[in-house]
Amino acid sequence: MEAHGPHTDDDLVTMLTRTGERIPHPDFDRYAEDLDAATLRRMWHDMTVVRAFDNEATSLQRQGELGLWVQSLGQEAAQIGSGHALNGNDFVFPSYREHGVALTRGVDLPEILRIFRGLQHGAWDPEAHRFHLYTLVIGAHSLHATGYAMAMDRDGLVGTGDPARDGAVVCYFGDGATSQGDVSEAMVFAAVHDAPVVFFVQNNQFAISEPVTRQSRVPLAQRGAGFGIPSVRVDGNDVVACYAVTRWALERARSGGGPVLIEAFTYRMGAHTTSDDPTRYRTRADESYWAERDPIARLDTYLSSLGELGDDAREAVAAEVKELGRRTRETVRSWEVPAVGSMFEHVYAEPHATVDAERAWFERYERSFADQGVHA
Amino acid sequence: MTQMTMAGAINRGLRAAMDRDEKVLLMGEDIGQLGGVFRVTDGLWKDFGPDRVMDTPLAESGIVGTAIGMAMRGYRPVIEIQFDGFIFPAYDQITTQLAKMHYRSQGRIQLPVVIRVPFAGGIGAVEHHSESPEALFAHTAGLRAISPATPQDAYDMIQQAIASPDPVLFFEPKARYWDKGEVDEGRVDAQLSAEDGASAGTAEMSRGRVARSGTDVTLVAYGPTVRLALQAAEVAGADGTSVEVVDLRSISPLDSATVVRSAKRTGRVVIVHEAPTAYGPGAELSARIAEEAFFHLHAPVLRVGGFHAPYPGSKLEHDYLPNLDRVLDAVDRVMTH
Repeated sequence: MEAHGPHTDDDLVTMLTRTGERIPHPDFDRYAEDLDAATLRRMWHDMTVVRAFDNEATSLQRQGELGLWVQSLGQEAAQIGSGHALNGNDFVFPSYREHGVALTRGVDLPEILRIFRGLQHGAWDPEAHRFHLYTLVIGAHSLHATGYAMAMDRDGLVGTGDPARDGAVVCYFGDGATSQGDVSEAMVFAAVHDAPVVFFVQNNQFAISEPVTRQSRVPLAQRGAGFGIPSVRVDGNDVVACYAVTRWALERARSGGGPVLIEAFTYRMGAHTTSDDPTRYRTRADESYWAERDPIARLDTYLSSLGELGDDAREAVAAEVKELGRRTRETVRSWEVPAVGSMFEHVYAEPHATVDAERAWFERYERSFADQGVHA
Repeated sequence: MTQMTMAGAINRGLRAAMDRDEKVLLMGEDIGQLGGVFRVTDGLWKDFGPDRVMDTPLAESGIVGTAIGMAMRGYRPVIEIQFDGFIFPAYDQITTQLAKMHYRSQGRIQLPVVIRVPFAGGIGAVEHHSESPEALFAHTAGLRAISPATPQDAYDMIQQAIASPDPVLFFEPKARYWDKGEVDEGRVDAQLSAEDGASAGTAEMSRGRVARSGTDVTLVAYGPTVRLALQAAEVAGADGTSVEVVDLRSISPLDSATVVRSAKRTGRVVIVHEAPTAYGPGAELSARIAEEAFFHLHAPVLRVGGFHAPYPGSKLEHDYLPNLDRVLDAVDRVMTH
């Protein structure tokens, strides 16, 4: 890949090299001490599962079963690594590509497709998973995350020293979002309130077609300094480093240390969405550069070199993703379109005369066909 | 009953809401030590402290966006937007997030956020300080938009808005801030202290009221133009025309039932608001009257309001705004049609 000015990968926190070699890091090793072989195998499993699901969803879109799909392909280490650093006290505000994080928060992956099949705009109970709904307006949720973190602080859920009580918020967004005013405002509010929020930027190099050089003259992590927010650049395709850095940031935030900005330097191996055509704006050379840095392959190599990834594990995950694929296809096709009248539900919590009048009119209109013996 | 100004009534209402529910907190620019540029939050910072009367960074989108996050954890933020024309940096948060979260979450997430907006003109201000953007918010499903015209309504409605589980835009007619009136503080407190208080309060703040009875013409107004409508009714009455005045109080929902009932009696309707008439609340109301009371009308529904031009320099605002002459002219036209 051409080094894009300041947007190079030479100052990243890396702990697992692209050839699958575990290298020490003076600051972050202690945040990765608990990553035993079983945990790393679990991460490898999650990354493999979410990639298989992602490919399944892409196929379903191609078959016309989904209106759109947003691929997470290539960003598995950033999402699974950071997701594994979270605990049940933490609350996550995702953007709309965080399927890997969703998996770590216990969201049943096929449920995400309700959104992309056009059934509803939000598909899970945010409180049950401590994982907010996807937000499609770029960067808008960074403020919600900050407000939520400010409220956790007020509620005495930060800095008590009790690990069973303390929590923090993680807000995921992309390189494009860093140009949004809301993201800057979120950092202003978070900084002056010392809010326990970790801004986790997945710099996947592109905002649809625009390279990150269209968004910033400096590495995105450097933005933090102007707000007084400590920041770190991490190899986003290194699941060990993503885990360690996020764990550090979360422990800091949970203990009352305030916000942190993490730039995870990664690559969107797929298209922006199934409606996008990356051949118009990037080269094969770029793609092969990043293919050599595949986040799953390097963990696979590392675990294999330790003798910790045997055929049994591979066979088990192969069977699991095959079953997940079957279940995903079946589930998606089994969903019934919601009743038309449901569009009037939950517009307000309390009755609203306009909604009530329009719903009543619409029901009369629908009934008029039945009265005439016409079947809609 | 206590006599107070509208600004004082809102201040007392905020204080009562904060006393009633510790989750209520105020957010805005200069609302702390200064008490707000209109002094509506005067004294609250001293009594409730900076954690509940929060001076925020100077960023309207940030204020609304963080309020959404706090509301997700059960807080009831009451935001002050310093002036009407400064609400637009927050327009995205209000319309794409605040308005839609309840729907997007299938009712799982309620956002009881109140956005107080000192609005409308008549105070000789500079650009962006005299606007009436209520139609933009009434046009967005998921938001409620209300506007009091009297100290009593201001006192009651601000508390009902805070108790409501829905997001509410609370438009305060800044030119009426210093008008005085009698306020009964006990009634709304009893209402909101009851078990179904939030529902009862939301329903009540959504209803219009007949501010003056009459038989020949219905004058419809809200917020800043109610006083003008009552003056016009007085003058027209002296000339032998009996004018009924409906104070809408709520722009979303629009209590068209009260207006239609009146229109069916009088057969003539004039709608008066400061917002531009083109695509304004009066256009919606006029359409509803045409749909529901067409055969009772003796004349077309007329609108008196601002023009499709940017709010002018203050030396021209009295010609931009509806005034007594323009309202009486419209009354004459519907009477002689």
